[in-house]
Amino acid sequence: MASAGYDNGTGPGANIPVAVKILVAGGFGVGKTTLVRAVSEIAPLHTEEVMTEASMGVDDLGGVEDKATTTVALDFGRITVNKEVVLYLFGTPGQGRFWFMWDELAEGALGAVVLADTRRLDTCFPAVDFFEHRGIPFTVAVNRFDGSCAYTTEEVRAAVDISTDVPVIMADARERESGKDVLLALIGHVLRRRSPVLSG
Amino acid sequence: MRHGGHRRGAAHRAVYARGQPWERGDAAQNTRHRRRGQAVKEGGHPGGTMNPGVPTGPLVRPYTMTGGRTRTSATGLDMASIVVSTREYVDGDSLEPEHAAILQLCDTPISVAELSGRLDIPITVAKVLIGDLTAKGDLLAQAPLTTTDIPEMNLLQAVLDGIRRL
Ligand SMILES: Nc1nc2c(ncn2[C@@H]2O[C@H](COP(=O)(O)OP(=O)(O)OP(=O)(O)O)[C@@H](O)[C@H]2O)c(=O)[nH]1
Ligand SMILES: [Mg+2]
Repeated sequence: MASAGYDNGTGPGANIPVAVKILVAGGFGVGKTTLVRAVSEIAPLHTEEVMTEASMGVDDLGGVEDKATTTVALDFGRITVNKEVVLYLFGTPGQGRFWFMWDELAEGALGAVVLADTRRLDTCFPAVDFFEHRGIPFTVAVNRFDGSCAYTTEEVRAAVDISTDVPVIMADARERESGKDVLLALIGHVLRRRSPVLSG
Repeated sequence: MRHGGHRRGAAHRAVYARGQPWERGDAAQNTRHRRRGQAVKEGGHPGGTMNPGVPTGPLVRPYTMTGGRTRTSATGLDMASIVVSTREYVDGDSLEPEHAAILQLCDTPISVAELSGRLDIPITVAKVLIGDLTAKGDLLAQAPLTTTDIPEMNLLQAVLDGIRRL
């Protein structure tokens, strides 16, 4: 039957897994989609959100055709943790002006990965500011575009000016193992923030 | 690179990048469009232009689909909400085609974002349509965990293990 596995005797849908969200943020073209692809069990799905004045805080939009609208591309991947938990990785729109999307994306997010490109480090600043401001745990992953990384992680930390407990790690967004290391660093950071006693 | 032992933090960065996402004023809007004068191409996504203020995208179809409804806050759905059908089979004849298409994909649990991506409809529209079906009892929805739900160390441990297994 179509709903096999979800009819467990306590009512249909009783076993719906719960989602947890991790965001992948950073400047335009910094490798967000590449990182999602590297670790996702599905090819990254692409979707769109329609940006209207409603998204800008106006509640009703009769006659939406007359209003300025545009679409925001969004892509995401999935990692099935177990029967009960599914992890979604959302690549946030690179353009900071789409803050309304960030708001929803950030709601309840477990944490975030901020991708940085040392050739244009300032493009990661808005993301860092956003997550700091919201108190969302994040890690900075320096995406090493070929031969471009002349800096140490500590130099990057100083330049971006983030607190010493935020992990800063070198990464190659195209490699699954590297992507896993980034995510593990983030979850480790989340765990330490929740029980400071455990942190060394 | 510290000033008197204090982190320069956001103020320091703001010198470079004005217009944080949470600044909603017009001033922020204006600066946000052109902070770094270089290769940051607004609207450079393949297959779509995103010039501010210029209407783009297939709006007619989505809004026809939802009968003009766009108030998705009422549905309480998040893009990471997971929904599943309560029906064993879908009787396409008694349903709007869009509703039937959603139900068909919901025989196993699936997120709002995935439905949106697979059916190629904007998230806003997907939420309205899914909201119709949850209201009728054809779909059950499970909200994503919120930060306050996540104090569970074993949940975080499970996520950690899940990533390690990849
Ligand atoms: N050499 C190298 N190239 C990379 C790396 N990561 C990404 N790229 C390339 O950089 C380009 C941009 O990567 P994307 O993953 O599309 O970047 P994005 O952040 O999703 O871009 P937007 O969504 O458009 O902001 C692609 O051509 C990638 O193949 C990396 O670690 N090393
Ligand atoms: Mg991308």
